[in-house]
Amino acid sequence: MKHRYLPTTDQDRKEMLETIGVDSVQDLFEDIPEAIRFKGELKVEKQLFESELIRYMSKLSSQNANTLENASFLGAGVYDHAIPSVVDHVIRRSEFYTAYTPYQPEISQGELQAIFEFQTMISELTGMEVANSSMYDGPTALAEAGLLSAGQTKKKKIIVSKTVHPEARAVIDTYARGQRLSVVEVDSSNGVTDLDKLKQEIDENTACVMVQYPNFFGQLEPLPDIEKLVHEQKAMFVVSSNPLALGRLTPPGELGADIVVGDCQPFGIPAQFGGPHCGYFAVTKKLMRKVPGRLIGQTTDENGQRGFVLTLQAREQHIRRDKATSNICSNQALNALASSVAMSALGKKGVRKMAEQNIKKAHYAKTRLEEAGVETVFNGVYFNEFVIKVNGPIKELNRKLLTKGIIGGYDLGRDYPELNNHMLVAVTENRTKAEIDMFVEEVGGAK
Amino acid sequence: MSKDQALIFELSEPERISYSLPELDVPDIDLDEWLPEEFNRKTEPELPEVSELQLMRHYTALSKRNHGVDSGFYPLGSCTMKYNPKINEDVARYPGFAFVHPLQEEETVQGALEMMYNLQENLVAVTGMDEVTLQPAAGAHGEWTGLMMIRAYHEANGDFNRTKVIVPDSAHGTNPASATVAGFEAVTVKSNEKGLVDLEDLKRVVNHDTAALMLTNPNTLGLFEEQITEMATIIHDAGGKLYYDGANMNAIMGAARPGDMGFDVVHLNLHKTFTGPHGGGGPGSGPVGVKSDLIPYLPKPVLVKENDAYRFDYDRPQSIGRVKPYYGNFGINVRAYSYIRTMGPEGLKQVSENAVLNANYMMRRLQDAFVLPYEQHCKHEFVISGKKQKKLGVRTLDMAKRLLDFGYHPPTIYFPINVEECMMIEPTETESKETLDEFCDVLLQIAKEAEDNPEIVQEAPHTTVIGRLDETTAARKPILRYQKA
Ligand SMILES: Cc1ncc(COP(=O)(O)O)c(C=O)c1O
Repeated sequence: MKHRYLPTTDQDRKEMLETIGVDSVQDLFEDIPEAIRFKGELKVEKQLFESELIRYMSKLSSQNANTLENASFLGAGVYDHAIPSVVDHVIRRSEFYTAYTPYQPEISQGELQAIFEFQTMISELTGMEVANSSMYDGPTALAEAGLLSAGQTKKKKIIVSKTVHPEARAVIDTYARGQRLSVVEVDSSNGVTDLDKLKQEIDENTACVMVQYPNFFGQLEPLPDIEKLVHEQKAMFVVSSNPLALGRLTPPGELGADIVVGDCQPFGIPAQFGGPHCGYFAVTKKLMRKVPGRLIGQTTDENGQRGFVLTLQAREQHIRRDKATSNICSNQALNALASSVAMSALGKKGVRKMAEQNIKKAHYAKTRLEEAGVETVFNGVYFNEFVIKVNGPIKELNRKLLTKGIIGGYDLGRDYPELNNHMLVAVTENRTKAEIDMFVEEVGGAK
Repeated sequence: MSKDQALIFELSEPERISYSLPELDVPDIDLDEWLPEEFNRKTEPELPEVSELQLMRHYTALSKRNHGVDSGFYPLGSCTMKYNPKINEDVARYPGFAFVHPLQEEETVQGALEMMYNLQENLVAVTGMDEVTLQPAAGAHGEWTGLMMIRAYHEANGDFNRTKVIVPDSAHGTNPASATVAGFEAVTVKSNEKGLVDLEDLKRVVNHDTAALMLTNPNTLGLFEEQITEMATIIHDAGGKLYYDGANMNAIMGAARPGDMGFDVVHLNLHKTFTGPHGGGGPGSGPVGVKSDLIPYLPKPVLVKENDAYRFDYDRPQSIGRVKPYYGNFGINVRAYSYIRTMGPEGLKQVSENAVLNANYMMRRLQDAFVLPYEQHCKHEFVISGKKQKKLGVRTLDMAKRLLDFGYHPPTIYFPINVEECMMIEPTETESKETLDEFCDVLLQIAKEAEDNPEIVQEAPHTTVIGRLDETTAARKPILRYQKA
């Protein structure tokens, strides 16, 4: 029986084999030595018809608690935000999603222009001069920022605050090991980087200091103070930022950051069990030619018509091979498009309003929890997350919450032994007052 | 079609929006007061302000200025631009896949974990490896992950002097670049006149400092490395490991497996062979498979199945650690799994057979008009050289641009770098014979134009929304963002 993705008929095959001058398709595989030819049938699961596939995949899907049907207070790097319907309508246009890297600009102006617009939006939000076309995700972007810093300063020590996302720190460790760089983690105090300890660590061998803003606990790091310490020692200042928060918070670019990275997931990208999301990478003009990945530039054609092209490609692996600034090739273009559409849909005012609602709802939830007698820890300024302490294991509390249609927060004990029974609570604009009140009631009752 | 498409910023007018958030339903606070001065943003980011219809028109206009597989033939060699099934797009959007948080308790995501586990098992079967991780985000990321594991393996054996990774001159740029990022030095091995790795040169470069040899098989010329077992022996005897760049897996499914050829580590590009899709440049997914001696070094966490339940194992003391947050590009993995289930074992085999048939057919139809550098049968792709046309003043770039006038995406050009005026053509199995014939007819016509009327080729494209762009100025005076005049 023919397969719907395979158009070649028996007659086609016959004619094609004749042109090639062989008797059978098997003759075309003669160059595979007998000893390593695969015989028999691949142990791949059996074929499903479309109707069967839909049933099976629906069953698997239904076995997962989702954030459409449950009210999620889980963040820790991935957030439940409003996704304008237009986002999916745009990225489902097959001219976008069935294309690849825009190597032929004359027939890829759509993609190129969309990403040029993305670069602009990221520059605007971060307050940086240059942004690239995307990275795999926030944490790998942060790791690449470490590599860039080491290359630029010719120094081998990377300092990372322990208030940076634990999984991002794990990724940085792996990348640093590759390049034989040392990574030093700096403790926190009251939920933000301990400045005294940071000061002690920064020395003339330091390539960069990495902090997160808002940090993993939701707190705002004292960027101006950190910036001074970093630049005094001529190290580079790397900030990982939730781009939505920058709709309301002073951007790291205005606070002296050399590299700003992060993940655009809050803009139009569903959680998808952790990926694909969309890293961004923004730098000062001075570092423009050191950026990893693709950059889109504006230029003109022979008639003076404005157009867009991949540019500064001499940095990239397909030209520079082992001397490239990074090995990244495929990136997250479609998700960069999704984020651009989401930012455009929300617009200048909407992004600000959404960021503000996150702060205000988190503030409401934190206040209500405190009123209900729940202990909150760390008392600094925060964006949309904060930390509470409860009397039993978070896992058990979350199990109970799920029976009420609530996905509870993140169990900080998993990464910070000193924060056992502490929960990181995220409250986005998507949480209604009623949901927050119910969460407070359940958690308050359980404390 | 209008020639210039305004930037979305140029359409912007204050007050317009295309999404309304509900009004705040909790007590308001004054953020100018609540936020300390240093955190209170004063310069507003200049984001566009457009209505919903304006937004849709803008992006629809952009989409019309873009060529995808659904728009027309896209024989971009090495990229496997096959049809992207629509059912995969639907399935990936099911609420239990799209709207699931990666840090939910494991008991609440068993369906997602089952999908991942099954996909891993299927990829083990296709590659002949012993275990697979889904963590890497794309091919290059998988390469680096695999090399980091190879490094960990050597170091665990007390072997700290294996500093070199050998790559063929025909290798993709990510291979040497990944070697560098993983802390190795890349060393090149030459190809011979048949387009295959020169065994003598390989013996010359292999050494006690060899960590690994990276290969694609079939290689980037579309040719099967017939002496792969000999190469494996040379590398293994020297104590090195064999790395398989799976970008070209579409050629050999069900016909041969990297694991049986002697490869120790394999990455796959799920956005290529397994219909990802390509997304205008990504996201992809680059799972890595290993033989049993490398299992301890797999990135963590590792997904395990116990008593019909799935969980992540973090207790992996020899693991290279994390290469990515969470568990990889899950959404792309759902699509790949959906594709594998749609094809089944027989279907996947048929895919490779048809891909190879299509490529050989085109190669034979084109061989007389161009220079065919390697005579033997190809696998899923082939290269031809535009050397003949170059003598007439028509470069491969010109012919590529001329193809645009006929509604085709050109092949990959000037890669691999060891073939002059190279054109690398990969039709894939999802194209019909009619499409292949039409494309070949056009390319033959262009070859004739190069003789009779070279200007029409040299000045192409003639029908696109924009002409050839000034890339030199773009790089010299970079404009990388919109700025209000
Ligand atoms: C032969 C080969 N190897 C590696 C890669 C890199 O894969 P990715 O772009 O997914 O990082 C590619 C794709 O561009 C390729 O064609």
